[in-house]
Amino acid sequence: MNNAIFSLKKVSKVFPGVRALDGVDLHLYPGQVTALIGENGAGKSTLVKTMTGIYQPDGGEIIFNGKPVQFHSPHDSHALGITAIHQETVLFDDLTVAENIFLGNYPMTKHFSIDWSTMVTRSQEILSSINAQMDPNQILRELSIGQKHMVGIARALSVDAKVVILDEPTAALSHHEIHELYELVNTLRDQGKAILFITHKFDEIFTLADRYTVFRDGCYVGEGFIKDTNEAQLVEMMVARSIEATYPKKDVEIGETLLEVSNLCHTTEFADISFSLKKGEILGVYGLVGSGRTEVMQALFGTTDHVTGTVKMNGKEVIIHSPKEAIDNGIVYVPEERQKQGIVLELPIYQNVSLPQMERLAKHGQIDEEGEMALARQYCERLQVKASCWDEKVMNLSGGNQQKVVIAKWLATNPKVIILDEPTKGIDIGSKAAVHEFMSELVDSGLSVIMVSSELPEILGMSDRILVMNEGLIVGELSRADATPEKVVSLATGGSVAC
Amino acid sequence: MDTTIKKSATPDSMFTSKLQGLLRWESFLVLIVFLVCVMNSYLSPYFLDPWNLSDATFNFTEKALIALPMAMLIIAKEIDISVAAIISLSSTLMGLVAQMGAPVYVVAFVGVLAGAACGLFNGVLVTRFKIPSIVVTIGTMSLFRGISYILLGDQVVRDYPDGFEFFGQGYVYWVFSFELVLFAFFALVFYWLLHRTTFGRYTYAIGNNPTASYYSGIKVDKHRLILFTLVGVMSGVASVLLTSRLGSTRPSIAMGWELSIITMVVLGGVSILGGSGTIAGVVLAVILMGLVTFGMGLLNIPGIVMTIIVGVMLITVVSLPVLITLYKNKKAKAL
Repeated sequence: MNNAIFSLKKVSKVFPGVRALDGVDLHLYPGQVTALIGENGAGKSTLVKTMTGIYQPDGGEIIFNGKPVQFHSPHDSHALGITAIHQETVLFDDLTVAENIFLGNYPMTKHFSIDWSTMVTRSQEILSSINAQMDPNQILRELSIGQKHMVGIARALSVDAKVVILDEPTAALSHHEIHELYELVNTLRDQGKAILFITHKFDEIFTLADRYTVFRDGCYVGEGFIKDTNEAQLVEMMVARSIEATYPKKDVEIGETLLEVSNLCHTTEFADISFSLKKGEILGVYGLVGSGRTEVMQALFGTTDHVTGTVKMNGKEVIIHSPKEAIDNGIVYVPEERQKQGIVLELPIYQNVSLPQMERLAKHGQIDEEGEMALARQYCERLQVKASCWDEKVMNLSGGNQQKVVIAKWLATNPKVIILDEPTKGIDIGSKAAVHEFMSELVDSGLSVIMVSSELPEILGMSDRILVMNEGLIVGELSRADATPEKVVSLATGGSVAC
Repeated sequence: MDTTIKKSATPDSMFTSKLQGLLRWESFLVLIVFLVCVMNSYLSPYFLDPWNLSDATFNFTEKALIALPMAMLIIAKEIDISVAAIISLSSTLMGLVAQMGAPVYVVAFVGVLAGAACGLFNGVLVTRFKIPSIVVTIGTMSLFRGISYILLGDQVVRDYPDGFEFFGQGYVYWVFSFELVLFAFFALVFYWLLHRTTFGRYTYAIGNNPTASYYSGIKVDKHRLILFTLVGVMSGVASVLLTSRLGSTRPSIAMGWELSIITMVVLGGVSILGGSGTIAGVVLAVILMGLVTFGMGLLNIPGIVMTIIVGVMLITVVSLPVLITLYKNKKAKAL
């Protein structure tokens, strides 16, 4: 146990009002994958930032190769060969692949200028070492999300990395890309690197990891070898309670057709989209990244231009050219890109909740703050948002709680149709279950839900009906009873299944 | 995080935190205003004379009127640097209708209307054609002033109708000039607009995250258009006051004012990146700038030195809070 290359001992980090890390321990071993498991708000992101020198710990020790070290800036930890691949990798769309890989660390010639040819050759080497096929001179903007992720990984490996931290690397990846990533992690392990793998997905933990460490609410709970444990035990350590059903799908009586979409077309993104949604129904939409599913939902919400086709609500045609018109017609959208599209991080919770219906709440244009507070309290309590008070800024909340605020905001508008785009992306298992439970509750109270997801278990577990999309077209529709993982995946990847 | 999390929030906590927010920058400005007052009255016996102080307000009231909507525009992540050129064009048009013999109120109305039209034009270019506002208004800055030069050439218009001088030279009561009273009135209006109305809340939301605001059903482009028009209207109002005070129009009127106006806004604690700031801060910054310029005037400091001092003051005042937090953090770390 003493041959750990990188250890944290009793590390603490305190933010105003929150003890984000409370004396946690973590050990990483060369040639082994350690999975870090914990709910949202368990302190995982803070830990990564402490390990990479973005935050300085308020207490405890960081030990690297047996010697205590201090990181004053990301540069210090980088210099020791500690590198992190973040959840949402920060890359530069207008630079080339090679420039992104070596950013801040460009190889130089003797004459103080950038050595472009070395940069390109070394990029090529790194890319081929991780089996990523792309041209180092390509502009990043032209790549797919998965390919961008590979660039992020290549960037992390451009330094002689000894410790590699992967912070929920699969959150934005499609099925196929995830498998490529697994292979990559195995390659890195074989090269003797110490790997920290942070994830919410249990299948990943059991396929990849050698060891695990569990955090809960900023505290260290336990660690051990993966081969000595099982899912139930890990879940219990994480949440200190056992979760019976992750997919609490209730049987709800399905009513009449509420929403009818016919022949929705877009010049480039999708074509001939027709489907209907009944009252009390959860319609799952599955497709790989780039299949056009998000674009279709955004067209329904009025944020996409150049769309033709008709949308009917309760049999009456509605015209939606802006989110305002969508909201007025009872259609709301919880976007995939939560921080960019879903919420104003710098505003307090109650102001975010009231934002779509300020005009209704106001009297002669004048804000009624008491009314806003009451609304926020009502819906945030219903969703069990964890916050010290409702005028706390949303950016101080964990990802799961931010998502709950977005959902609260939309529920407060009394919608008829709620579109959830990757509703549980990047949130922990506890919040996930809460969101799923809530979906059941919603349809029970007469709402209709469209859920876009790339997580198969979620789609299969929650939907009454499943639409599968591929390359901008609806390629299949399966009922809950007919749907199997194989059928759904094969449709989504362009295979032919009789159904 | 072993502490239990409070589930309910009382409305009280809402107001205390607001008060705390207000205490930081604005109270800092109040302190500096107070210091400058003490210094000025110590340096010059003429400083505390009510008529002298009243005269001093003419230095800033016109700029301050534009600083109010400018603060809102900057909070919404946009900027307008064509405001001085709008004053020029609006003043020129007033001069032309005055030459044609238009009565006082028609002249003033034309001034405000011209300002509104210029602001609307900026707004349309920004929202319709998706050009960044700094680019648009650099362009219209030359455009508006250029039109003034074409219309007037090196001519000076002085034939304003009787009674027009009231806007810039008249007094409402005792030492309170029409300009000062108008500024006080608009300060209250803009305070209400930014801090009490849905319009103000949307301004903050857009300034912090335009995409999420749009996704929340806010008509972001329409909002921006209104803000640009507001800045135009207030530039028109300022133009009426300035033209009336000077009693004449030249195309070079109000040259370089855009920068002093933006200085007032930034000094008032409005983030140049958008998203935060208050009207109270801007009003305090306006008073501070007025007092400092006045004090320096009493001491016979030449204009060029004044601009240097104002520049240094801006950088110092804006960087002070940043330096203080840095110092605090260092101290905390050392412990």
